[in-house]
Amino acid sequence: MKDQFVVPARLKKTSFVLMGVGLLTLLIGLVAFRGEHSTRFWAGLLQNSSFFLLITLASTFFIAATTLAHGGWQIAFRRVPEAISMAVPVLAAILFIVVMILVFGGRDDIYHWVNPHHVAEDKILTWKSAFLNKGFFTIATILTLGLWVFFTVRLRKMSIEEDGWDLRPETGRKLLWRNTVVCGAFLVVFTLSVGSTTPWIWLMSIDAHWFSTMYSWYTFASTWVSGLALISLFVVYLKKHGYLTFVTEEHLHDLGKFMFAFSIFWTYLWFSQYMLIWYANMPEETEYFQPRVWGQWRPIFFLNLLINFVTPLLFLMKRDTKRNYTAVVFIAIVIIFGHWLDFWQMVSPGTVKDLVFPWFEFGLGLGFVGLIIFLVANQLTKAALVPKNHPYLKESIVHHT
Amino acid sequence: MAVKKFVVGLFDDEAVLFPAVKKVRAAGYKLHDVYTPFPVHGLDHAMGLRETSLHTAGFVYGITGTTTALSFMSWVFNSDWPLNIGGKPHFPLPAFIPITFELTVLFAAVGMVMTFCYLCQLMPFVKKHIFHPRQTDDKFVMVIEVTEKTNAEEVKSFLAGAGAQDINEQKAEAGWWFGRWDKDDEPYLRKIQTTNA
Repeated sequence: MKDQFVVPARLKKTSFVLMGVGLLTLLIGLVAFRGEHSTRFWAGLLQNSSFFLLITLASTFFIAATTLAHGGWQIAFRRVPEAISMAVPVLAAILFIVVMILVFGGRDDIYHWVNPHHVAEDKILTWKSAFLNKGFFTIATILTLGLWVFFTVRLRKMSIEEDGWDLRPETGRKLLWRNTVVCGAFLVVFTLSVGSTTPWIWLMSIDAHWFSTMYSWYTFASTWVSGLALISLFVVYLKKHGYLTFVTEEHLHDLGKFMFAFSIFWTYLWFSQYMLIWYANMPEETEYFQPRVWGQWRPIFFLNLLINFVTPLLFLMKRDTKRNYTAVVFIAIVIIFGHWLDFWQMVSPGTVKDLVFPWFEFGLGLGFVGLIIFLVANQLTKAALVPKNHPYLKESIVHHT
Repeated sequence: MAVKKFVVGLFDDEAVLFPAVKKVRAAGYKLHDVYTPFPVHGLDHAMGLRETSLHTAGFVYGITGTTTALSFMSWVFNSDWPLNIGGKPHFPLPAFIPITFELTVLFAAVGMVMTFCYLCQLMPFVKKHIFHPRQTDDKFVMVIEVTEKTNAEEVKSFLAGAGAQDINEQKAEAGWWFGRWDKDDEPYLRKIQTTNA
């Protein structure tokens, strides 16, 4: 049984090439978008760093949610989401640098509430300034990023430490209990951050006059389904290279069901946010949808729905596609690209304003993909691919849908 | 349907039932059905049943529901009785979506339940022969059809070898018939009774 991952030279090369593309795009962007055009540079960075941070954090959420639900099926590949989640510290650092420059770098084109003159002249912003100010933004960002990194690293450390334990029932009970406690605490943090405040301050405050109570859940759904797609991609990659002996199409089937279900969940939130605003038809709310539905962004708005709802719905509906490795890889890539596009249309209409071909944003995205491949492949080598002392391992091996 | 001859065997345990099912299929006997008190995981594969098409039927019922909801609402609000509701357009798609969704689910759910009942021949006022009363309680009942090519005695000894108990031979109606649960026996039994009287 191949239980120790060794990074193949080809994967390493791919990750370096992708990172090279990202870095090159960053440099070209630095030259191409100067002065008044620099808005696009920062908008692209904000979009990509927040999207890729949140989809890797979805792996920590996956571990926490399945642990609290006492789900046994995922143990055979649990080291995969663990390794993906270990990209969180690096991506959190990148996002932190980006948002700190946006808030303290003396520019107000991304977050126009950072300019005190705007706030003083604007009744809505004055009223919101108790919440939307530099101090709160910074403290909330540091606190959430710090807690995410803390819990992610803690879960990973515990899991590796448990490889040195034994299989006695008392040890198993102790293992489950301490994982339950840490995962429960993480989920409280996650709910209060990704489920509420974090998307408000990082992304919704771009359109500072506008507000939507669905926004955080919408962001969560978007990153959670992409996070599941990312886990599936790594699972299939490892399986195709002869690792993860215990993982069969039964496990893949369940990941496929998750992707199917949460694509519909995302659509439910997309629609709930849209329909209430459409029905009430109040100017302070509809201003968000004006450029997206009736402005230049109209094709992207409907493309978003087509890629993220109609495609997974029809494609993953059949049992056979969820159990087919190639089909799952295809739809996982479609889902990740679709939600990247979703983040693009969340960030750009409020900052860049005009619809342009997103070569810069996409190049940066490839760079982030390369970075994630590099970090995750590196993390996968650091521990055995099967947590051999987990009490639910047997349940995962005999898993049958 | 028709009246056929069957050999019926009782099993205590899934662990005995599974190898027996495989042996019966390998020996080439015609497996009529296996009745279990609860759903047994993987038994359909062991019996060699084909994958159900119930989900395809469900998809068809679902899109029927979608079409019904959308076309009915558009007809009502555009041609039958146009009303100005809050200044919204006469074809307000977002407002139609929740009802369309509900009708899709309703059609799919009700249609699939009814199709399932039809396929299993389970319905009010419909009766089927019960091979052994304990098939709904705690025993697994395997029923093998006796064709012209099979020898009933041979099947009996085969089942006994595979671990079955209480083996017997039955002549019964294979399909369903109309009747109340507490009376209306199998049609062929009724005929026998009338000739005797």
